[in-house]
Formats: sequence, structure tokens, C-alpha cells
Amino acid sequence: MSSFSVTEPSNRSKWFAGTLVILYALVTMIPLAWIMLTGFKSPADAISYPPKVVFEPTLEGYVNLFTTRTRQTEEFLQNNPPENWADDIVRQYDMVIVGPSKFGERFMNSVIIGFGSTFLSVFLGTLAAYAFSRFKIPLADDLLFFILSTRMMPPIAVAIPIFLMYRNLGLSDTHLGMILLYTAVNISLAVWLLKGFIDEIPKEYEEAALIDGYTRFQAFYKVVLPQAATGIASTAIFCLIFAWNEYAFAVLLTSATAQTAPPFIPTIIGVGGLDWPAVAAGATIFLLPVMIFTILLRKHLLRGITFGAVRK
Amino acid sequence: MAEVSLQNVSKSYGKTAALTDIDLTVPDGSFVVLLGPTGAGKTTTLRLIAGLEKADAGNIQIDGRTVNTETPAQRDVAMVFQQYSLYPHLTVRDNLAFPLRSPILKTPEDEISRKVQEVAEVLHIPHKLNNKATELSGGEMQRVSIGRALVRDPAIYLMDEPLSSLDAKLRADLRVELKRIHAELASTLLYVTHDQIEAMTMASHVGVLDEGKLVQFGSPRDIYENPSTSYVAARLGQPRINLLPVGLLGEDAPSGAHQVGLRPENIRQGDGRDATVVRVEHLGDQTRLHLKLNDHDVITLTDPHSSLAPGETIRIAAQNPLFFDAEGVRIT
Repeated sequence: MSSFSVTEPSNRSKWFAGTLVILYALVTMIPLAWIMLTGFKSPADAISYPPKVVFEPTLEGYVNLFTTRTRQTEEFLQNNPPENWADDIVRQYDMVIVGPSKFGERFMNSVIIGFGSTFLSVFLGTLAAYAFSRFKIPLADDLLFFILSTRMMPPIAVAIPIFLMYRNLGLSDTHLGMILLYTAVNISLAVWLLKGFIDEIPKEYEEAALIDGYTRFQAFYKVVLPQAATGIASTAIFCLIFAWNEYAFAVLLTSATAQTAPPFIPTIIGVGGLDWPAVAAGATIFLLPVMIFTILLRKHLLRGITFGAVRK
Repeated sequence: MAEVSLQNVSKSYGKTAALTDIDLTVPDGSFVVLLGPTGAGKTTTLRLIAGLEKADAGNIQIDGRTVNTETPAQRDVAMVFQQYSLYPHLTVRDNLAFPLRSPILKTPEDEISRKVQEVAEVLHIPHKLNNKATELSGGEMQRVSIGRALVRDPAIYLMDEPLSSLDAKLRADLRVELKRIHAELASTLLYVTHDQIEAMTMASHVGVLDEGKLVQFGSPRDIYENPSTSYVAARLGQPRINLLPVGLLGEDAPSGAHQVGLRPENIRQGDGRDATVVRVEHLGDQTRLHLKLNDHDVITLTDPHSSLAPGETIRIAAQNPLFFDAEGVRIT
């Protein structure tokens, strides 16, 4: 390589850019690392000041997250030796495990509602985006603007009407109700993102498929969908992140049956105040699905975000 | 294989008329080339036959059957697009097999692999069958998309400037190849181009389109020698026909004649009027003379070893002149 090149950045600017990226990554990772570490601390270590970076790890937070416990008399504790390692941990507070907590159930609610609404948003979004992209629809521009306008105020602004409507319709505290609600919020994003992706796919491909003997729907399914895969993957991630993290509606509309993890985690109360390690353990587990989903679709996401920037 | 005909077909996009009252019959087994500049309605004609567009008026018949309301799949046509024609997520093999796997044909897999292999060999791409469609060069891509039409046995092959994006050498090779394939399959082929050489070399019939109207239809030779208008005369022939005011070369003009058309080879040298040599182009097999006659440019051909130089004067006279009236319509 010559000492000067138009396309190749100099070593110094590469080094500078690299340092910046690493610094930024560190700053954004600190809260995440903090949460994950706190999950393995004892309650005392979790609230100690100055904060402990080095500590003796314990699974206490995770045990507290997944179980309900009760205080027992000394006599009972002596007559009944600990049944397993988890029981052993709670014995130090003179407690025994009496059953599972609601966390597992709440987590499953999050999975059902999060993935259910993501699937529905992307499914309906793809069909609508295809129709807007390919067919002559009367008032198409107005309809698209109308769809977008549903996102022009924060969804929570309509919380009270939705609360009343859901109560009358019997949708309060149901999985279906939450899936429909999150789908309604996400669908505008899905339609707009996917329309952009589908617009980029030349319609000649479908025309070729039509002439090759396929119906319009088969052409859509066999030719358009595979090429829209990147767009669909990145749209799905955006939809899932919203539905997964949504807090306000979940607090307002769910309680006993359909409550999701976000409103549940802060309510984990330990002995004498909030049980920070259990909360942190819940948050850590809560992060995992979106992380795994994003890593699985990472390749598509990267291509998806830059899609359409370059055209040959 | 079948005859395809268009009867009084018109099509407009909004206020722009793309085709006006087209009457065209593509005889069974013929190789018809539609020739015209961009915007003349060539592609629209193909899309109407394929069923990708609906005609505003008129009838389209394939094999005697009126197909106006049929879907592209029902019409049993194969089409090669000018570009963007390969499915990028499939391999070359799957691209070629795609039409055979359609719900209409449902070809058994062993027959598919036999046909795909056959077509790949005709087009010299058998070693590329397992490549992704996006890993091919432009020429290979276009051969695959021609192949995707050839694996089928449709009523008619429609080709929309399939060679225009290729380099000159490949274009010449594929011209010969297409002509050979057409002869072998005895297929009906409608081919659209703005390249007169493709029209002259491959066509059994040529149709000349101008602004959505079919100006003339006939054999390439007929159209070259007996153009019906000055427009058609100018579309064919390289170098182009000289269109000059009547009387410039002293020829006997019929009444009403406005312009005289003289092909470069129809200018006789040695007698007639004086013309000044402006430029001499030695092309190897022929030599072109650019002449000036009373401020009019005239092009003619001369002996390849001609020693004429700019500034010299030669005498030229008309031979087999074509006469056109003020509207450009041929008189004699």
C-alpha cells in the first residue's frame, strides 16, 4: 500500500476510530454488566457502599427469583435437613422454600405476547406492505400516512380509552388483548419498514414468475419473500424489542393471568426491602431472549439496516 | 408452437398512447423482430401478449384462442426480460428449473434435470449450474435467462432486447445461437430490439414501430428495399439512407415527390453532379465517402482502396431512387 490512499484510512485514523468504538461500547455495557453482576451478589453486597466489584458470588438472587419462601421455627429447621442446594441457601435466613414463584409464568407470558405480537405485526405488515408496494390502491398515500399517524403520539396517551375499551370487551388481562395491542402499535412501523424493503425488489422478478406459470400469490411466496428476508428479520427485531420491553400498558392492563415480566420484576420484594439481587437476576434472564433473537438474526439485521443504501 | 395475432390493439398509460390500433400477426414458426426506437411501443407489445398488461381495446389471440382475460400463466408464453431476470436467491440450476416446477407444468424431477442439462449445454453454461445466480457475469446471466425460456415449450417466446446489455462479441455469438435454436425448435419467436443488425440477421419478418404505430411489416429484405415511409427507410441500413430534396441530383421525380431517398450503395460515381469530398473513412472492408453537394451531406460507399482525399471533387448520380411525399409516405 502506498503511503497515501483515498480509499484506505490511515493507521492513525483507524486507531482513533477503534478507540472511540471501544470506549462507546464500554460506556453502554457498564449498566448491563452491573445488572448481571448484581444478580450474583448477596443482598448485603448489592447495596454496599462503595460498590463492590470483587465479591463472593452466590446464587441467592436466582433462588429468590424463582421461589417463594417462608420463615420457619428453629425446631422445624433442625428436624428437616435441607433438601437441595437451593434450600441450603435460604436456610441462612431461617427460611424454607415452599414453592415456585410467579416469575416463570410471567416470563412465559412475555414470550407468548412478545413473539405472538411480533409474528402478527410482521405477517400483516408484509402483506400490507406488498399490497402498497405493488398494487394501485385508491388513496394509497393517504392510507400510508394514516397508518404512520398512529405513531405520532406516544401510545400511552390513549391509555385510558384503551383501558375502558378493553374492560368492556373483556380483553383486560388476556394474552389476546396484549398481543392485539402491541400489534396495533407495531404495525405502522412494520408496514413502513417493509414497504421500503419490498419497493427495492424489482417487480420484474414477479412478472417473470407469473409468466413462468405461477400465480400472484405463489410468486409472492417463492420470489418476493426470500428476497425480503433481510427486511423481515430486521423488522421482526424492532417489533420484538418494543413488545418485549413495553411497561406502561402491561402495568395498566395486566394483573393475575397475562402479566408480563416487566411489571413483575420490580415487585419482587425480599426480606426488609427490595431484593436487589433477585431483581437483577430477573432482569438478566429477561434480557436473554431478545439477545439470542438478535444474535440469530444479526447477519440479516446488519444487511437490513444498510439495505437500499447501495444500488448496482 | 402457435400463431399469435393482435387485432386493433390499443394501450395507453394515462394520457400517453403507447400503442395505437396495432394489427400484427406472428405466423406459426416465424422469427418476428419488432424494430423501433425507445418509446415506440415494442416492450408494451410484448407485455400485452404476455398478459402483464391489459389492452384498452382490441383482441389478442394465441393459437386461435382469444386470451384477453387470461392470466400470464394461462397464456403459455415464455419471456426473456432485458434485465433483472434471474431469481437472485436461487442457483442457476434452480433458476432454469423454476418454470418446469410451476403448478401448471409440474414436471417430474428426472425430466427437469435432463432438460436443464440440455439447455445448459446449448448455452455453454453446464459448469455454472451450481453457482448462485448472482455469481455470474452479465453475459452468463443473460444466457441463463434465455435458458429459462428455452426449457419450456411455450406457444411463443417473447424476447425483450435480450442482447442489449452484452458486449459486441457475445452479442454476435448469441445472435447466431438464437437463430440456430429457432431453426431447431421450429418455435414461434417475437423479438424486440432497436438494433437493426439483430433485425436483419435473425428475422424472418420485421415489424417497424414508430410512436405506437406499426408502420411496416414484411421480410427484412422487403423492408430494406421497399420501405413504405422515409422513417422506415432511415431505420434500416448502415450507413443510413440519404434523404435529399427532390431534383438535387437531377433525377426524374414523380409529381408530389418531396424527398428522394438514396441508399449509399445506390449512388453511382463518374457522371452526374459535382460533389466535394469532405471526409474519407477507411473501414477495411468498405470505404465511406462523406460528400457535400449544394450544402447537403451525402454519404456513399467507394472502393476500399480508393485514394480519394478531402477537397477533391467527384461526379455522382442517383440509381434506383425512392421518392417520398411531404408526409414521408413512399410514392414509387
